Amino acid sequence: MKTYENQGNNDTRSGFGAGLTELGRTNPNVVALCADLIGSLKMDQFIEENPERFFQIGIAEANMMSIAAGLTIGGKIPFTGTFANFSTGRVYDQIRQSIAYSDKNVKICASHAGLTLGEDGATHQILEDIGLMKMLPGMTVINTCDYNQTKAATIAIAEHKGPVYLRFGRPKVANFTPVDQKFEIGKALHLVDGTDVTIVATGHLVWEALEAAKALNEKGISAEVIDIHTIKPLDAKAIIDSVSKTKCIVTAEEHNHLGGLGESVARVLSQHNPTPQEFVATNDTFGESGTPAQLMEKYGLNADAIVKACEKVIKRK
Amino acid sequence: MANTQQLEDITTQVRRDILRMVHKVNSGHPGGSLGCAEFFVSLYNEIMDRKEGFDMDGIGEDLFFLSNGHISPVYYSVLARVGYFPIEELNTFRLLNSRLQGHPTTHEGLPGIRIASGSLGQGLSVALGAAQAKKLNGCNHLIYSLHGDGELQEGQNWEAIMYAAGKNVDNIIATIDLNGQQIDGSTDTVLPMGSIKDKFEAFGWTVLEIEKGNNIDAILKGMAEAKSLTGKGKPVCVLLKTVMGNGIDFMMHTHAWHGKAPNDEQLAIGLAQNPETLGDY
Repeated sequence: MKTYENQGNNDTRSGFGAGLTELGRTNPNVVALCADLIGSLKMDQFIEENPERFFQIGIAEANMMSIAAGLTIGGKIPFTGTFANFSTGRVYDQIRQSIAYSDKNVKICASHAGLTLGEDGATHQILEDIGLMKMLPGMTVINTCDYNQTKAATIAIAEHKGPVYLRFGRPKVANFTPVDQKFEIGKALHLVDGTDVTIVATGHLVWEALEAAKALNEKGISAEVIDIHTIKPLDAKAIIDSVSKTKCIVTAEEHNHLGGLGESVARVLSQHNPTPQEFVATNDTFGESGTPAQLMEKYGLNADAIVKACEKVIKRK
Repeated sequence: MANTQQLEDITTQVRRDILRMVHKVNSGHPGGSLGCAEFFVSLYNEIMDRKEGFDMDGIGEDLFFLSNGHISPVYYSVLARVGYFPIEELNTFRLLNSRLQGHPTTHEGLPGIRIASGSLGQGLSVALGAAQAKKLNGCNHLIYSLHGDGELQEGQNWEAIMYAAGKNVDNIIATIDLNGQQIDGSTDTVLPMGSIKDKFEAFGWTVLEIEKGNNIDAILKGMAEAKSLTGKGKPVCVLLKTVMGNGIDFMMHTHAWHGKAPNDEQLAIGLAQNPETLGDY
């Protein structure tokens, strides 16, 4: 089976920072806003190079989202930066009315998503944001898996006209997708060919899915691995094509099973190709304090959990 | 330049438009719309420097943002009367498949509208974003915005008020429709807000009051003064003291017509008090 090499652990938020820095150099319409989390969002370099195009809003996320909507009137492409929790639930109505319904070209860039934010605990670990954002008409929802992909996605969304939710995280994780890749919104990445089970994963769970595929391979199970970085619009064809071969599927995400990638996949399959499916996701719960690895273990969001889900779903064929 | 009589004639026609729009669909918000009729007519005919036609970016012209979107009847009437879309379209207000939604939106592509509003408290932030885009674009034109006084109970306003002064956004004139009324009663009975003037000044704004907010000469004079105060490092707030329901005697000085349409008889009385000037749509 095809394997991927970790080029060295790195954080997806730094991929965002690198992408934003490049946009600062190449696209004069890109502006950035932050609600008092510059360091956490890795926006320092952009700010140093483009101080006139950066807006420090202070701890006022509602104001930030609506100011971003206003900046588009005049041709700017605003990138807002704060934690995923404060980028979505806290400001849902501002995004709904002033950005989504008004079809404003705002890029909502959300770091520290999911359990891997770690020790800060459940007040900051949002596991509902994909659901919140994918329900908004016209909103594109992306959850990147590593540093390289996050950098490429950040650059790509500036070229996409319309609101985008870009979700990434805090911890240093495996960096395994190609340097300087071209990111195509809505196009699933076929990572590993397999015949017994399809694993579709998003965000930090993509590397775990690759690790799971290796472990399954040693057990004589052939797993197909697909990276769904764009949850909306969903690459339905890639999913349907794969399960028509493997006849079963596991979805994996750092998110509640309600409202996440798994439900989007289930909707597509129930309409086009009903298929046994298992969900690697949190089970309608809040998170808690702990190290990222401890939390992913406790809440069943790692390679081991994916292996178990694959073995279970294969028996349901 | 229109003279005061011409602007008053337009205002009379706008009042008729407002009454007829809300009457036809038996819904909408006539009270606040009527209270701001003179302001909108003055703003769009005299105060703002506008380009012909409409494009979303609005570079090279003054822009207006309505935060209290429920007074859409007056907004739509004035936008139509100054030529953004045909006045006949006022006939479609709040109907299925109309561009004239209950609250203003960009979603249906109605010329003149740059942001959806209606969920209160967001418009000042949006206006500040547009003001900063103007600065980045080297565009010296101004941003105007309108907000309800009751709307200031929404906390996001105070984030925006703090930001505007802290970041020296001095190319904006934010007008507060100070009519002292909101849906459930007077602002003093619903939630007393104290002195709005003192609050804006404490946050670092330049504040100017227009005592006769339903008098066109007073509006023109006050807004000219407000314009002269822009570009001096501080945002400018105009407190426009209006009478809700102005121009229809039985609708004045009460919150009762905030969100209620007149019946046939009431419509006839209201129209009789405001004879046709420019021709009904």
